[in-house]
Amino acid sequence: MADTRPIRVLVAKPGLDGHDRGAKVIARALRDAGMEVIYTGIRQTPEMIVEAAIQEDVDAILMSILSGAHMALFPKVMELLKKEGVDDILVAAGGILPDEDVPAIKAMGIKGCFGPGTSTEGIIDFVRNNVQADRLTTEV
Amino acid sequence: MENIVERLLNGDRRALARMVTLIENEIPAARRYLAELHQYAGRAHIVGITGAPGAGKSTLVTHLVREWRRRDAKVGVVAVDPTSPLTGGAILGDRIRMMELSGDPRVFIRSMASRGSLGGLAASTRDVVRAMDAAGYNPINIETVGTGQDEVEVMRTAHTVLVVCAPGMGDDIQAIKAGILEIADIFVVSKADKPGADQTVAELSMLLSLDPTRRQHDKSRPYWKIPVLKTSAIKDQGITQVVDAIQQHYAYLVESGMLAHRAQRQVRSEVEALVLHAVVNQLKAKTSEDDWQKLVEDITSRERDPYSVANELEEKIGLRQP
Repeated sequence: MADTRPIRVLVAKPGLDGHDRGAKVIARALRDAGMEVIYTGIRQTPEMIVEAAIQEDVDAILMSILSGAHMALFPKVMELLKKEGVDDILVAAGGILPDEDVPAIKAMGIKGCFGPGTSTEGIIDFVRNNVQADRLTTEV
Repeated sequence: MENIVERLLNGDRRALARMVTLIENEIPAARRYLAELHQYAGRAHIVGITGAPGAGKSTLVTHLVREWRRRDAKVGVVAVDPTSPLTGGAILGDRIRMMELSGDPRVFIRSMASRGSLGGLAASTRDVVRAMDAAGYNPINIETVGTGQDEVEVMRTAHTVLVVCAPGMGDDIQAIKAGILEIADIFVVSKADKPGADQTVAELSMLLSLDPTRRQHDKSRPYWKIPVLKTSAIKDQGITQVVDAIQQHYAYLVESGMLAHRAQRQVRSEVEALVLHAVVNQLKAKTSEDDWQKLVEDITSRERDPYSVANELEEKIGLRQP
């Protein structure tokens, strides 16, 4: 039923860096918190991320990036989501995100930014508290 | 706004994606939608891909889909991964191998968690396939969870079953056991670039040669001789032959009347499952956690027995006269 269904989360690494340990730790933690995690792995283009999010009908997209390309790739993801008319998916980001970029990232509609030192519990709570619980009662 | 069923039939993939979510979560409206979709489904060739964990199922599916795209098909994929029995969570990782397919709007891939179902599929996989079928995807590939010897549920959903075996996974005694090796319409020996592939082919061929129908079938009727095919994803070898064999198998099913026969068998088990499911839900609705606790304690302390308790519950939901 709608209130007890597992939360579905897409964990993706946009861009070219291959450092996926952080993303895997997050994926595992979300799984252990009872969520269904679609893990797409490294080197994802914004198009791949958005297409996967749509087909998998996820509640949240978590992107991890360590290469410094976040200000190029995040806007592209948000733009594509908007173009597809998707406005009910929670988007959050993690990795190496300099403090001075955080306001701009949040202004794109990315609700959470998680840098080094973040606890997995913090991310689990953030996802639980911010996904749109009524997504299923409204038709797309 | 058009309703979700119309939009799905018109090829809107977001409507299909949401429909799958409604189906998986047993949202009450889903059953009504599925009833509407039923008349539009039944066109797709449903292909099951099963095999042990690490046998190469996702990689094979990726290459099959690529070949079908070359043949201009609009292809569906349902990839099932296991749900953790401890937390209810799951990591659905089949998309990692299918990366190159992502972004093609004529390929629809959906990952499903098994959610406690034990036959290698999720309970709602068949309904999800029906929605994809109605949306015009054909063929639809179902990748099961990595299976052992007894996860044969895919046989009740797919028209054509591929069993993927990697070289060096067991001796010929493993191969002779009942279970998933019996449900293959096509054997695929993956990783043929690795040593031992020829031996695996030989062992499977030996197993098939023991099948008495191979020698004694009625020559005047269509007969499917189960092929054993080698593939190598790294070398991009053997894939077109597998797709050819899948298409030949479908032609065989049509010609021999087996397609209709399988469909009938599947429909029957499907309706049974729907009714059974409703009974289970009814039981849950009419029995509180506290009631259960009490019943379980009474039975474990030997004050009552499971059979009279079952009788009592069956009366409660109207399955038995008092």
